[in-house]
Amino acid sequence: MSVLNTSRGDTTRGAGRSAARTPGPRENFSAWANRHRKWLFAAPAMIFVGVLIIFPLAWTLYLSLTDSQGSVRAASEFIGLENYVTVLSDVERFWPAVGRTLSFTGVALVCEVVLGMGIALLLWRPFRGEKWVRVAILLPLVATPVAVGMMWRLIFDPNIGFVNQLLGMIGIPPQPWLSGQDTALGTTIFMDIWQWTPMVVLILLAGLTSLSEEPDEAARMDGANAAQRFFFITLPLMMPTVIVAILLRGIDALKTFDILYATKGKGGGSFHEVETLNVYAYGLSFDYNQYGLSSAVLILFFMIIIGTMWLLTMRKKAVSK
Amino acid sequence: MTVQTQDTQSRTAATRQAPAPRRRKPLATRAYKVFRVAALVAVVLFLIAPLIWMLLASFKTNVDIYDTAKSFVFTPTGENYANVLQRNNYFVFIFNSFWVAFVSTALSLVLGVPAAYAMSRFTMHRSALVVLMARVIPGVSLLVPWYYVFSNLKMVGGFEVLILSHMFVALPLIVYIMMSYFDSLPLELEESAQVDGLTPIGAFRRITLPLSVSGIATAGILSFIFSWNNFMFALVLSGSKTKTLPVAIFDFVSYASIDWGGLMAAATVVTIPIMIIALFTQKYIVSGLTAGATKG
Repeated sequence: MSVLNTSRGDTTRGAGRSAARTPGPRENFSAWANRHRKWLFAAPAMIFVGVLIIFPLAWTLYLSLTDSQGSVRAASEFIGLENYVTVLSDVERFWPAVGRTLSFTGVALVCEVVLGMGIALLLWRPFRGEKWVRVAILLPLVATPVAVGMMWRLIFDPNIGFVNQLLGMIGIPPQPWLSGQDTALGTTIFMDIWQWTPMVVLILLAGLTSLSEEPDEAARMDGANAAQRFFFITLPLMMPTVIVAILLRGIDALKTFDILYATKGKGGGSFHEVETLNVYAYGLSFDYNQYGLSSAVLILFFMIIIGTMWLLTMRKKAVSK
Repeated sequence: MTVQTQDTQSRTAATRQAPAPRRRKPLATRAYKVFRVAALVAVVLFLIAPLIWMLLASFKTNVDIYDTAKSFVFTPTGENYANVLQRNNYFVFIFNSFWVAFVSTALSLVLGVPAAYAMSRFTMHRSALVVLMARVIPGVSLLVPWYYVFSNLKMVGGFEVLILSHMFVALPLIVYIMMSYFDSLPLELEESAQVDGLTPIGAFRRITLPLSVSGIATAGILSFIFSWNNFMFALVLSGSKTKTLPVAIFDFVSYASIDWGGLMAAATVVTIPIMIIALFTQKYIVSGLTAGATKG
């Protein structure tokens, strides 16, 4: 699209010199294209995303008000807010899923930001072998989540896994990890921390390197120790970057699906022990074909995401001031 | 201008002097150095060890995987790879993954780069928000309508629908990265090019685009990686002929007993290409992932 427009703009520019006296149709098109380049450039991408989002979102909203199930094509009746009532009063699947989604995101985020800040501070000043540490940080980040899930499945396997083998060496009895009803969610949080702390490190490191050294230097001259300098100088200056990291990571953590589905399969395990909202909605849609219910869950889920983002953006604005 | 130079001079002077106060307390410094090295080694081990474990297991027979005495000392075998690549047709899945990632990235760049340019130059923040919404929205909420429409159009199981869905992931990413790239590119060059007789679009093509090669590379590489790793869209929208690697791995375990050696070989086959790409394009990936993070 852009190539087409720009090359036309260019040819007419060449022709423009001779055609200055008698403007031809190409000259007109070029002038038109240049005048409207703002929307000419932006519209294709916006239309693409808009068509793929707005129409499905409107449909999801509509489905959430019907009793659609089995097949989307099957006749369905308009039942108003009944699905929402059903979902919101569902203490067996929906509310636990909300709890798991929030605790997964909350615990993962706190650990990732604290660990990420620690690692970023370690990497802040140049040192020998920096290159290799940076490579190590990059690898989990780009690894395919499904493959990562499979990798952890082997490592956390109760019988043959390396983790229980290690624990055995120091005399701790084997743990069930992913197959335990109480330990599964924590284990998946650990996987998320392994994969995504590097992302937080990179963002915070970019923030640290863009900081001016003067406030830190001045505090050092005044005799502040390292901890004081971090908590009273560096951390307040880093707050906007920290919130960006939380925002970017939080959106993805709320929507985590790949490692949960890869390690525990349908329904988040036989006791739904890792069933977050995303896994729940996916199961309702594609394993049980309960389109009406799943749409209601999705609309509520979407509202949770938007709400969290809005809160964080407000917080960021407050901090930036 | 002069103020700025003085500022940078004083800053370099300050950094040059920095080692001096450190020399006063050598003990604390040495202790910190030891701590720092130990902590860095721990971090690297934590991040790398699981990957090494996966790699080791992919070269073990299933008997050896079950034998805890053979954790590190074993006779390596290439059998798992031979099985995975030949019997399970992984070459087809590798090609599918590559083709979908490549085409969706290329098309998203064609749509996304001009859009990001317009959104940056005309500060169209609200329009940008529309595109960035695609990053926020849960994929499942789009999949049901997509699946319905595309199966009616007989497109499910074809490459087109997979590429479209992956573009949906790639486009917001590209727009986001390129917007912050164009924001940092000085306006003056385009303006002087226009004074010299280029049209605005000509200036974009002749001046801005060539200057943006590294930004476009960043956006392209990241969008390729995201598409390569994407699981959920392919799980629903791919058919037996268009199955991508993440779905192929997932199918590996739907049988009763897990062939761990084969599974680890398959997992290695998926992650190795993307890690090699990442090693060679490290700088771009880092700048892309941190794009816009340090803006106020």
